[in-house]
Amino acid sequence: MAGSTLAFPSAERRAYSPWRETWRRYRRHRPATISAMMLLVLIVAVVIGPFVWRIPINEIDVIAGMQGPSLAHPFGTDDLGQDILARMIYGGRISLAVGLAAMMVSVIVGTLIGALAGMSRGALGYALMWLTDLFLSLPQLPLLLLLIYLFRDGLKATFGPEGGIFILIVLVIGGLRWMPVARLVRAQFLSLREKEFVEAARALGASPVRQVVRHILPNAVGPVIIAGTIDVAAAIIAESTLSFLGLGFPPDTPTWGRILFDAKDFLDIGPHWALFPGGAIFVAVVSINFIGDGLRDALDARRVI
Amino acid sequence: MSQYVLRRLLIAVPSLLGISLVLFIVLALAPGDPFSELATNPNVPPEVAAALRAKFGLDDPIHIRYLRWLAAMAQGDWGFSFVSRMDVDTLILQRLPATLYVIGSAQILALLIAIPVGVYAATRPYSIFDQIANTFAFIGFSLPTFFTGLLFILIFSVTLDWLPFVYSGDIKATGFRWLFEQIRQAIMPVMVLGLFQAASMTRFVRSAMLDVIRLDYVTTARAKGLGQAKVIVKHAMRNAMIPVVTLIALQMPAVFGGAIVTEQIFRIPGIGSLLISSILSNDTPVVMAVTFVFACLVVLFNLIADILYGWLDPRISFR
Amino acid sequence: MAPLLEIKGLKTHFATDDGILQAVDGVDIALNKGETLCVVGESGCGKTVTAMSILKLIAMPPGRIVEGRIMFEGRDLVPLSSRELDDIRAKDIGFIFQEPMTSLNPVLTVGEQVAESLRRHEGLSQKDALARTVEMFKLVQIPNAQARVHDYPHQFSGGMRQRVMIAMALACKPKLVIADEPTTALDVTIQAQILDLLQDMKERFGMAVMLITHAMGVVAETAQRVVVMYAGKVVEEADVESLFESPRHPYTQGLIRSIPRIDLDSKQKTRLEAIGGSVPILINPAPGCRFAPRCRHAFARCAEQEPVLREVAPGHRMACHLGDTQGVTS
Repeated sequence: MAGSTLAFPSAERRAYSPWRETWRRYRRHRPATISAMMLLVLIVAVVIGPFVWRIPINEIDVIAGMQGPSLAHPFGTDDLGQDILARMIYGGRISLAVGLAAMMVSVIVGTLIGALAGMSRGALGYALMWLTDLFLSLPQLPLLLLLIYLFRDGLKATFGPEGGIFILIVLVIGGLRWMPVARLVRAQFLSLREKEFVEAARALGASPVRQVVRHILPNAVGPVIIAGTIDVAAAIIAESTLSFLGLGFPPDTPTWGRILFDAKDFLDIGPHWALFPGGAIFVAVVSINFIGDGLRDALDARRVI
Repeated sequence: MSQYVLRRLLIAVPSLLGISLVLFIVLALAPGDPFSELATNPNVPPEVAAALRAKFGLDDPIHIRYLRWLAAMAQGDWGFSFVSRMDVDTLILQRLPATLYVIGSAQILALLIAIPVGVYAATRPYSIFDQIANTFAFIGFSLPTFFTGLLFILIFSVTLDWLPFVYSGDIKATGFRWLFEQIRQAIMPVMVLGLFQAASMTRFVRSAMLDVIRLDYVTTARAKGLGQAKVIVKHAMRNAMIPVVTLIALQMPAVFGGAIVTEQIFRIPGIGSLLISSILSNDTPVVMAVTFVFACLVVLFNLIADILYGWLDPRISFR
Repeated sequence: MAPLLEIKGLKTHFATDDGILQAVDGVDIALNKGETLCVVGESGCGKTVTAMSILKLIAMPPGRIVEGRIMFEGRDLVPLSSRELDDIRAKDIGFIFQEPMTSLNPVLTVGEQVAESLRRHEGLSQKDALARTVEMFKLVQIPNAQARVHDYPHQFSGGMRQRVMIAMALACKPKLVIADEPTTALDVTIQAQILDLLQDMKERFGMAVMLITHAMGVVAETAQRVVVMYAGKVVEEADVESLFESPRHPYTQGLIRSIPRIDLDSKQKTRLEAIGGSVPILINPAPGCRFAPRCRHAFARCAEQEPVLREVAPGHRMACHLGDTQGVTS
């Protein structure tokens, strides 16, 4: 029959590989595309910044203190005359590193707990989900403060002031943010466990670990990437909040939140001191959140206009 | 309905116990003796320190210590603050109203912004209004409260000189003057916290409305010729609020985080700033108690959300 | 006599990610006072969109009525705003939806959902509207009506919910009731009860009914006239007897052949036939007859030229090239 193949004009366009299709959809989210570029600029700036901008972060020059932006000091100076740009480049490395490391902790812990809860059909699954709900209702910032209050001295003694607080902050922030990932992974397990391809793998004698690693986890990657992206932003905010409260990194480690903490009592005479680090936190967080939003659009295939 | 409330209350008990257990484990695992500072603190008489050590029975097995600690907490025996020189429960009760006042007002402000904006944006998805509202919401919840707080102080106190940036616990005025000052000094903290909340709530409301608005019963309501406003408010909104209540309850821990920061910035004498100052002065009983109070508040708000949920959704109470 | 409802050249399109979906593409339907008209076709053929377009109940955007007129009692509904249509909705044209499980608001009592329509259109007080609702519930045979108006939808079975929907659609005594697959979601035994109830109500109130269905059995049982739709177009229109006796369009013939028959004895029985293939996706459809790819009679002209509706017998119209050149027998 002549016309037996029906015209499905959309069928041809679907022939892209899934990753190209994802990228195509991501690019349509304009704020997300711009955000990805901004974040890239930020990362490049803090990574290669110290090689280009060579003013030391702790060069004190009290006479040149509290100056607004100028050619010599593009972001101005603080009360001790230290260059704010140099301090922000240094602090940015820490802030971004904390965000990424805490995200990895939360994704790893969340994936493990979610996978365990999804695989076990008995009491263990229920217990883990109860634990997840319990953690979701913990007041995070007070607990964060409490943990740092109790543990910082011990870790400081073992790993040094900066390393100890870094490990502590990453573990604590990550350890209080794994719950959404655990829920997502578990939900994927529950919905995929009975699907045909997993059944088929089981029938072919694939071991449970192999089933999980080869067949189930790859399907959970999309939602976990989205949750992980948002975790980076949340961890950056958490670290900045701690430092802003004076309970994060030690005073000589100028993370963005710490610079804000130092600047907050000088708002009337040196607003630039607070505006630059605050702006940097905002730009980093808003870009990461927009990237998460773009990824959600790109990875969620169900979405129609 | 009352049976439902009772059931929810009973469910809240294990989560309170769970939270108390987490707190206790944290305290027990902490390296060193958290009361060792007492020995070096010149404000603490040695016999008080010894009594404390005995009371907490630091050498007993851990589950005994937990039960004893729990019993003491339940009886309102929360210990003594050596820095403030008063019982911890009195201290917290003194500070709690300011915190609840700021959080409550902020929550109301957030709802007043989020519901109309979110609902209107959802009825016109992808319109100019929706896009502007979305962008603002996105910026709003990406701006950390400590930065908005500083920006507000910079704009409204330093530059414009309209509002005081230090919150005063006891205003020296009476009558309307007192009320006026009370409101005036609360504007900035409430705005900071309220706008932050409003940003994420707007997104919840919008997406819940978008989910509901395309459901069959909304079409049914439109087929009855009720008019757009009535269809939206009576048929769609009532249903959309059900998931929103849950999402707001899940946000409560973050709200308390924001409240601590806000109290610290504006120096509001609430339990948040009490927590920070106690940490800075190593006042362990107060730190533990305030953390526990925050945990109780989270459980309380979850309980309120559950009850609201049952009231909004007739299907719940019958299950 | 002018028909009660006359749809002329209606085109309703939807904007999608992949292009314009021509869900309804030039549909003519006329319906007289007191008449029962069945619109029949496979899922996705545009029958629901046609019905929803009448009261603009489709989502706009992405949906849009691109062309055509919808004359109701001599007045064109297409240019009316949603606000103007609100006076016609439920008052003159009642609507019964397909899914009784999801078409009632879960957080409002069923009584309130019927009564609010009465308050809106008849200006009744809270109390009078509820009293009328109880009456309607008795009429649609909901047992214990007095008490059940205060119940919520989840306390009703599917069949009972559909009775509530019927009570809701009929409450203001409309001149036309549009029922969109009212029995599809129900158990077979309940289906017959609901169809009977609809017939009953129609006789009692003397309204016209536009019944949308994909079940030829329902058509044979209830319709006076039938419109067969395929891929957003009307392919055949006739009164029910001549449609079942001498179906002209190959698609209609296929639909009728796919009805199981029990009136023939086993020697005469042939295999039940299905129409191969499925409804095409209506984004940039190919030129020519839209049924051609699935039609066993298709010839060269079918792929080039779109057939138009033409009268093949008094009151019997169809859109196929076959009748033009040769008789249709199969």
